[in-house]
Amino acid sequence: MPGATRGFLGRRARDPRLPPGQYDVGADWPVLTAEPTPRIAPETWSITVDGKVENPTTWTWDEAHALPPSEYRGDIHCVTTWSKFDTRFAGVSVDTLLGAARPTADAHFVMATSKTGYTTNLPLEHVTGGKAWVVWEFDGKPLPLEHGGPVRLLVPHLYFWKSAKWISKLTLLARDQPGFWEQNGYHDLGDPWRQQRYQGD
Amino acid sequence: MTEALGAGVPDAPRGGWRTATVSGVRRPIQRSVELRLDVHDRIDHLPGQHYVVRLTAEDGYTAQRSYSVASAPGDPLVELFVERLDDGEVSTYLADVVEPGDELEVRGPIGGWFVWDGETPALLVAGGFGVVPFIAMLRHAKALGREHLLRVAVSSRTLAELPYAEELVAAGALIVLTREAHGIRPAGRLTAGELVPLWEPGQTAYVCGGTSFAESASRILVDLGFPEPKVRVERFGPSGPAV
Repeated sequence: MPGATRGFLGRRARDPRLPPGQYDVGADWPVLTAEPTPRIAPETWSITVDGKVENPTTWTWDEAHALPPSEYRGDIHCVTTWSKFDTRFAGVSVDTLLGAARPTADAHFVMATSKTGYTTNLPLEHVTGGKAWVVWEFDGKPLPLEHGGPVRLLVPHLYFWKSAKWISKLTLLARDQPGFWEQNGYHDLGDPWRQQRYQGD
Repeated sequence: MTEALGAGVPDAPRGGWRTATVSGVRRPIQRSVELRLDVHDRIDHLPGQHYVVRLTAEDGYTAQRSYSVASAPGDPLVELFVERLDDGEVSTYLADVVEPGDELEVRGPIGGWFVWDGETPALLVAGGFGVVPFIAMLRHAKALGREHLLRVAVSSRTLAELPYAEELVAAGALIVLTREAHGIRPAGRLTAGELVPLWEPGQTAYVCGGTSFAESASRILVDLGFPEPKVRVERFGPSGPAV
């Protein structure tokens, strides 16, 4: 680490919920996507779990809503350095989907794919054990289109590009493969507490 | 949509943390600053890539933000053009405190998606400070003698608030002003009809701007028939420029 930047004081009163290098965005929720926002009607949306599973399964909007509901309350962190506290998302736990699809013993990674073709890769242990959701509600209301509605992935303990918008598929893999941003220089895991922003961090 | 959103340029250059010496500081328009940086052991960027600037306080507290590069790869210095946000702890420091001779910690270049390869036709559509990566593309095209590959439309509230306005006018960009007339064009938002003459076969579209501009401009392009996978979007929200 080099020394201090001349004359830079920085914000005082750091909130301990902020990972290093992050700031509190407050009530805002910036939109960051690399592509035009797709217009997806809920009745045409579905989610598929395939790849290294015993029972590849697809759920429609109605079928997904019939699964046991699950909620996340807590903070989210974007690699562009904003964090948002006390968010509330509702949908279904990824554990529930994987429980039905039954990953095989050699499944160690997940590639999440969006309706747009966007992809992001995650280690399997980072989407199991109550750490990841497929969500359609934010703050009690339908998830807005620009924030990934009707349905997005939510993996709040990792940088938010891992929480793929417009999620349509989770593919279980034996070996890790880079997704969209990961091919473009971003980290394969993306842990905000370890500042894993870019490849090599 | 079946075509997957592919990687941009698989071999896009990327660099680690470097020390940059501030070589020039200018404020050509209000609420902003242009920084010219001498980056030691610099890795050449592709136009459209960005740098991260990291500031460190005496107590070890750090803050970092990403800024698009405005300079061409052939420029010996890296030029950033930073909008000063009133509550931006990094942008206020860069705009108000930084002087020539200061050292800044920077990392870059970063990003392999929102980049122009210098060889294929592109339609560049910017709102406000979203012009910055396009300035790098225009300068690069000029250096290559390939200005004909780039068509540009930029939107701003007024001409005085538009970064690099003279350079954009000289490059033949369509200038759209929402709060004042420009030549014989009355004040008003960018329309689909204005983009039609800028279309050429084989173009990739690049849209850069604030969230609402990026949303509306990319929607205009898709509604005109631009294939969605050929539209690359870079947005920045109230939190400042972003990847």
